Amino acid sequence: MTDHSNTPRTTPRSSATFDDYTLSEIRRAAATGIYDIRGGGAKRRVPHFDDLLFLGASMSRYPLEGYREKCSTEVVLGTRFAKKPLELKIPITIAGMSFGSLSANAKEALGRGASAMGTSTTTGDGGMTNEERGHSTQLVYQYLPSRYGMNPDDLKRADAIEVVVGQGAKPGGGGMLLGQKITERVAGMRTLPVGIDQRSACRHPDWTGPDDLEIKIEELREITDWEKPIYVKVGAARPYYDTALAVKSGADVVVVDGMQGGTAATQEIFIEHVGIPTLAAVRQAVKALQDLGMHRKVQLIVSGGIRNGADVAKALALGADAVAIGTAALVALGDNDPHYAAEYEALGTRPGAYDDWHEGRDPAGITTQDPALMARLDPIAAGRRLANYLAVLTLECQTIARACGKSHVHNLEPEDLVALTIEAAAMANVPLAGTDWIPGRNGGF
Amino acid sequence: MNLSLKPATAEGETFVDLATTPLRELNGALHKLAPDTNQTLWKIANPAGRHAIAAGLDAPITVEIDGPVGYYCAGMNKQARVIVHGNAGVGVGENMMSGLIHVKGDASQAAGATAHGGLLIIDGNASARCGISMKGIDIVVKGSIGHMSAFMAQAGTLTVLGDAGEALGDSLYEAKLFVRGSVASLGADCIEKEMREEHKAMLAAKLEAAGILGEVDISEFRRYGSARTLYHFHVDNVSSY
Repeated sequence: MTDHSNTPRTTPRSSATFDDYTLSEIRRAAATGIYDIRGGGAKRRVPHFDDLLFLGASMSRYPLEGYREKCSTEVVLGTRFAKKPLELKIPITIAGMSFGSLSANAKEALGRGASAMGTSTTTGDGGMTNEERGHSTQLVYQYLPSRYGMNPDDLKRADAIEVVVGQGAKPGGGGMLLGQKITERVAGMRTLPVGIDQRSACRHPDWTGPDDLEIKIEELREITDWEKPIYVKVGAARPYYDTALAVKSGADVVVVDGMQGGTAATQEIFIEHVGIPTLAAVRQAVKALQDLGMHRKVQLIVSGGIRNGADVAKALALGADAVAIGTAALVALGDNDPHYAAEYEALGTRPGAYDDWHEGRDPAGITTQDPALMARLDPIAAGRRLANYLAVLTLECQTIARACGKSHVHNLEPEDLVALTIEAAAMANVPLAGTDWIPGRNGGF
Repeated sequence: MNLSLKPATAEGETFVDLATTPLRELNGALHKLAPDTNQTLWKIANPAGRHAIAAGLDAPITVEIDGPVGYYCAGMNKQARVIVHGNAGVGVGENMMSGLIHVKGDASQAAGATAHGGLLIIDGNASARCGISMKGIDIVVKGSIGHMSAFMAQAGTLTVLGDAGEALGDSLYEAKLFVRGSVASLGADCIEKEMREEHKAMLAAKLEAAGILGEVDISEFRRYGSARTLYHFHVDNVSSY
């Protein structure tokens, strides 16, 4: 008998294809028979604004003095047709998030923080609450396929209307709000039975395609006497054509949401595998506006994975007029805070990884309708945190703009940027750092 | 107000010719009406299929439109009575909150879509997706309705004197459907339900509101509603998702 006890053994090796996460998901699927549902946006690494750098001033460019020379940040949205465009003090808005997916306190905090900084918030799939209207000096009212809570009174008391065609987390998918969060109030606003798993439609019920949308926008303008800016929001999929068709349909503002943009709940497989990254979408959307001679006439808002002032500045430099934040705003309110580490662990997760927003058990009191959990979020303090965060984003963006010699953040331009990777250079249409090479510049797009 | 409106032909009556008056002027004038306005009857000539005629009304007035209308006629209506002497395009009475819309001809797709309240009467046929995502409106169609009608219908009633197309009431929530004629097929989670006395009374009330109680035999109607099996995600329902 041969003794193998001293034979060297290879180190156990996990599969890169079947990694631990993949194996756990297969086991979960086998045990439950239903796909994984979660909140948030794409978690995988995709080309992003981190792959771009600003060049700053040099011999041929002179910078502006920080703290002394003015670098303006205001943005006006809806200058094309609306009698009353939105005038924001900063180019950072709060993206659409519903009451229902978020607690009333969270919605109030978003309104307080945004209003303190002179910017807008946005309703979501579930209608407008008095709390968010009352605490938002500028409120964008989403017009969604479900039309939950849609009514002409709220339409008229909104400051702008956002026709939602899609969102970055799930282009082509409808909303989802599971029974745990369909409380009596939420159900009443949506005209649904309490406690059911609610599925929102993925297509609008009374229009299909850009020709119909043009007529729908005309109706919305007629109802509101052509006062309100009308946005069209699309998930980043075919941003060149979607932007062009939104312009053709009569939009004042186009919102393009990349795959890192969050959702309250949808299938994990949808979030990670449908749609394109924000970085890949911006330039195509801008190009569509430029090709139509509508850049800066129809404003562009970009969202999906905006985290700091550099992201804001890069989006603007590529041609956006403003950005929208969702996930980052929730984190500023207190989402995924390490303060609740023990409770996250009790839910089988950890701070920073918690994404079961659909289950309504959020320890931070944000993605919940549980009164006890919701009470943990002080809307005044949370609103202040959001205002602070928005102020930092703005200051950071101004810092970069001044370093590039710009007296308005909108003066940032693609020429201020280079890319760290070939992929980012191709997507953003800026040179690879240290070269003059822009992949695809002389062919394709 | 600089409307090219003809003088009233009778007290409280206003005449608007859309061949010469821009739609914006008409809708703007209708929106400015005070709740106690004396201009309670508006007669609209030459609509010529224009879209969004009388959209966004919120006053107890009557608007009579002499001819065919385009998309979204009387969209989001509150309080007003809108009579269309002709056919209606897509989404007539979409998201209506209250009031009455009476289409004397046929209606195109998505009639009464997402509407929360009020009564929509269609004398002729309605096309596909009639009452889609309806949220409380009562719809009475004297003719037949097209496919996918009452898709995801949440509340309210849809009464059809004729036939219904394929996939009636797919993914239905709590809306109640009454059909006198044939149903080509039922959509997912929509089933025929017993027509009890309370349902007959409910149907009679809708027929009365539409002015046709006694003209049709209530016993000829069948009731359809949600089986409520899709109200919660479950692996056993996977073929329906």
